[in-house]
Amino acid sequence: MINKSLKQLSQALAAKQISSVELSTLFLDRIERLNPTLNAFVTVDRKKSLKMALAADARIAAGTAGPLTGIPIAQKDIFCAEGWTTTCGSKMLANFVSPYDATVIHKMHAEAGLVSLGKTNMDEFAMGSSNETSFFGPVRNPWDTSRVPGGSSGGSAAAVAARLAPAATGTDTGGSIRQPAALCNLTGLKPTYGVVSRYGMIAFASSLDQGGPMAASAEDCALLLNTMVGFDERDSTSLDRPVEDYTRDLEKPLNGLRIGLPKEFFGEGCDAEVMTAVRAAIAEYEKLGATTVEVSLPNSHLSVPAYYVIAPAEASSNLSRFDGARYGYRAPEYDNLEQMYEKTRAQGFGAEVKRRIMIGAYVLSHGYYDAYYLQAQRIRRLIANDFVEAFKSCDVIMGPTSPSTAFKLGEKAADPVQMYLSDIYTIAVNLAGLPGMSIPCGFAGGLPVGLQLIGNYFAEGQLLNVAHRYQQATDWHQRRAAIE
Amino acid sequence: MNQWEVVIGIETHAQLATVSKIFSGASTAFGAEPNTQACAVDLALPGVLPVLNKKAVECAIRFGLAIGAEVAQKSVFARKNYFYPDLPKGYQISQMDLPVVVGGNITLQVGQGDKAYEKVVRLTRAHLEEDAGKSLHEDFQGKSGIDLNRAGTPLLEIVSEPDMRSSDEAVAYAKSLHALVQWIGICDGNMQEGSFRCDANVSVRPKGQAEFGTRREIKNLNSFRFLKEAIDFEVQWQINEIEEGRRIQQATVLFDPDSGETRMMRSKEDAHDYRYFPDPDLLPLVISSEWIARVQGELPELPVQMRERFVSEFGLSNYDATTLTANSEIAAFFQLTVGIAGKQNAKPCANWVMVDLAARLNRDGKEIAESPVSAAQLAGLILRIADNTISNNIAKKVFEALWNDEGATADEVIDKQGLKQITDSGAIEALVDEVLAANPANVAEFKSGKEKAFNALVGQVMKAAKGKANPQQVNDLLKQKLAG
Repeated sequence: MINKSLKQLSQALAAKQISSVELSTLFLDRIERLNPTLNAFVTVDRKKSLKMALAADARIAAGTAGPLTGIPIAQKDIFCAEGWTTTCGSKMLANFVSPYDATVIHKMHAEAGLVSLGKTNMDEFAMGSSNETSFFGPVRNPWDTSRVPGGSSGGSAAAVAARLAPAATGTDTGGSIRQPAALCNLTGLKPTYGVVSRYGMIAFASSLDQGGPMAASAEDCALLLNTMVGFDERDSTSLDRPVEDYTRDLEKPLNGLRIGLPKEFFGEGCDAEVMTAVRAAIAEYEKLGATTVEVSLPNSHLSVPAYYVIAPAEASSNLSRFDGARYGYRAPEYDNLEQMYEKTRAQGFGAEVKRRIMIGAYVLSHGYYDAYYLQAQRIRRLIANDFVEAFKSCDVIMGPTSPSTAFKLGEKAADPVQMYLSDIYTIAVNLAGLPGMSIPCGFAGGLPVGLQLIGNYFAEGQLLNVAHRYQQATDWHQRRAAIE
Repeated sequence: MNQWEVVIGIETHAQLATVSKIFSGASTAFGAEPNTQACAVDLALPGVLPVLNKKAVECAIRFGLAIGAEVAQKSVFARKNYFYPDLPKGYQISQMDLPVVVGGNITLQVGQGDKAYEKVVRLTRAHLEEDAGKSLHEDFQGKSGIDLNRAGTPLLEIVSEPDMRSSDEAVAYAKSLHALVQWIGICDGNMQEGSFRCDANVSVRPKGQAEFGTRREIKNLNSFRFLKEAIDFEVQWQINEIEEGRRIQQATVLFDPDSGETRMMRSKEDAHDYRYFPDPDLLPLVISSEWIARVQGELPELPVQMRERFVSEFGLSNYDATTLTANSEIAAFFQLTVGIAGKQNAKPCANWVMVDLAARLNRDGKEIAESPVSAAQLAGLILRIADNTISNNIAKKVFEALWNDEGATADEVIDKQGLKQITDSGAIEALVDEVLAANPANVAEFKSGKEKAFNALVGQVMKAAKGKANPQQVNDLLKQKLAG
């Protein structure tokens, strides 16, 4: 059961081979056993989970179950869930119990009948690429516990990779779904900006954040994505468009698919073994009937600098609400209001969050705004235009997800710039608002390598199709970390 | 004082009369228990997002149309970042570079009677924003309380050009604006509850100088009296400073109504850097021409249109027409009165409403909406003057009787109190003869050329007639007899 796909689990539940309570217990037991090693979950609440499982079993018995009713999943601790501690990986919110459900959580719980097993660890406020900035300690990569799982959705990635959950939610602001998926041998999808509601998803950088699924396969991602999407009147940036069934096109043949290979993604800066695996995957696609064409994203070298202006700018403002006045952490001692703010925020936020708040406040300051913030917005438009141009000659863009495989804990923690560069291939996708995926495509030195697929706006269905066909032909995604 | 010119610009915050808040569904009703009208969005819980209230936008459109301004096709909400406990998000959502209303002007009447003059004040802009909550500094054992009921209440900030040249002009502007926002139904105008509050930017310069002097901004004036007192004090203070050789420093000041003085709150050096940037949670506000047309169709007749109609339709002077359209209650009362009394009596209707009724209301400290004499009663009275049933003097008595509820209609009062005018020339002649016979001294004086004696004789006749004799007939008959 532990290694079954969502479709197989769904069938098993429907056929009454197993109940949701039994299935959830199986995973909860596994979490209890393995989480001390991995630190993938920050909150587990067996009682709450089993209550949901019981309700799901009732729906299955009553014949009102949806395709995923009763299936347990892990929730990144960035999504507010009513009655659950929702920490966002921060001391600031270590004691915050959300009084309401994020739209995504509501859809998964109330509509789809999924069972949440708990809240997964993450980089503090989603700021990080290694899950080392979490107040609750680093997450370990199930493939090698001396290594990081990637970030910021590192807890979700480790949980699914170690089969502590069949699937998980993640969020992706600059690569936070795709990079950990690559480092943990998972399939992860960041949808087009506006497809998944951000209501109740604690904001890091509002114009870049997007929730999405992380799972063992493209098919699982498609099933999970079906439960997450839809217009939400509570999110003004949510897009009002017809709901799709993302499993519909999974089986479409890839004959004639034009794969764009940006020359900027195949140059220097990428680990050679990673590149070998990526090229082998592209060769496999050619066998499946696709053709390749070189494209160019001439401004992609500007994506990291632009991102590290825009994301911190938005974050510096988004995180202002954490002031100790109404909820969350408040410094125990202070003499006046100013001190309450200073001490609360000095003690409540970790170093990386403070670094980004300071960068953000700086680039928005009077006299610097034009040179940094406005300039970064101009670059953002150039980057988006690069993709528009590229998609004139191809259907999907491919390249590495991350320049390296999972690195050692502590290896890059002291060098923020090195850390930021681990998202060099993923960030442009967020700046452009496009959908992107990472799928397992091989191993380098025994560690998973991810292939990144980038689609045009609203091409989630096509990306899932392209990923699924590859997964029909290969078995990289079925390799499991040997952790017991 | 005479060689100095005063320059005043005014920023007004008008609370918009919407049922719910500008970015949430919580109620805007005044006076509820603290924090009972603050929902998750108003409390700025982690993950919540703002959704713009279309009703607030409609209020802005109404205002723009009413002042002949440009309603922007596209405007942008921006975040104004600063920390304060009654500002839950740590930023206020406002509009900065692209406001919803641009330009426009208001015509006002300054002064009264012969000294009255018209003045056009240009408006710079008006923009939508949210109000903050309230800090309560009493009764919490040394701590401060926060009430977030007001947080998120929609405001229209209306900014004038520095077009006013005296405190009287400033007050006239504020009153006109106050009347207008109520006239078009976008603000209840309640100044005690803070629904309408003004900041005055004040500077002085030597007459004839083209450049403006350095301004100081007086914050939060919530009555017309305070507005005038604050400006008068500030102007005198600035002139003294300059005459004593000091320079005015740009600053924000507060007015203390008890001392009648302004005092410095912060200098330009302490001014916040608000780090404005476009709010990524809200899309640009796009207003279609269809939407504007629909709002235009729903607008009532505006004061400026009504003023022109009063001149053309009723032959009133500009001054009368402006006075009668100073606010919607006066205008409604006048229109009802003239509707019954008839167009031919428009001028006496105007005089009664503007002079006699206004003075009487003023004496009792009443608003026109609370007038004990209704428009129908006043019209009935005016009709009796017009048909010579009573003289103007008697009419004042009848009016006072109606005011004191001594009769339901003018006719009833005239009847009951026997006030009908004597127009029987025989009866008047008898009275005249009586008076001439009884006052030979006055007759002699008149005949020796003392015109004044004539008035004494008229007085005697009217006295004998208990005021009811038709004055014209008395005059004519007396002249005739004395000449004879």
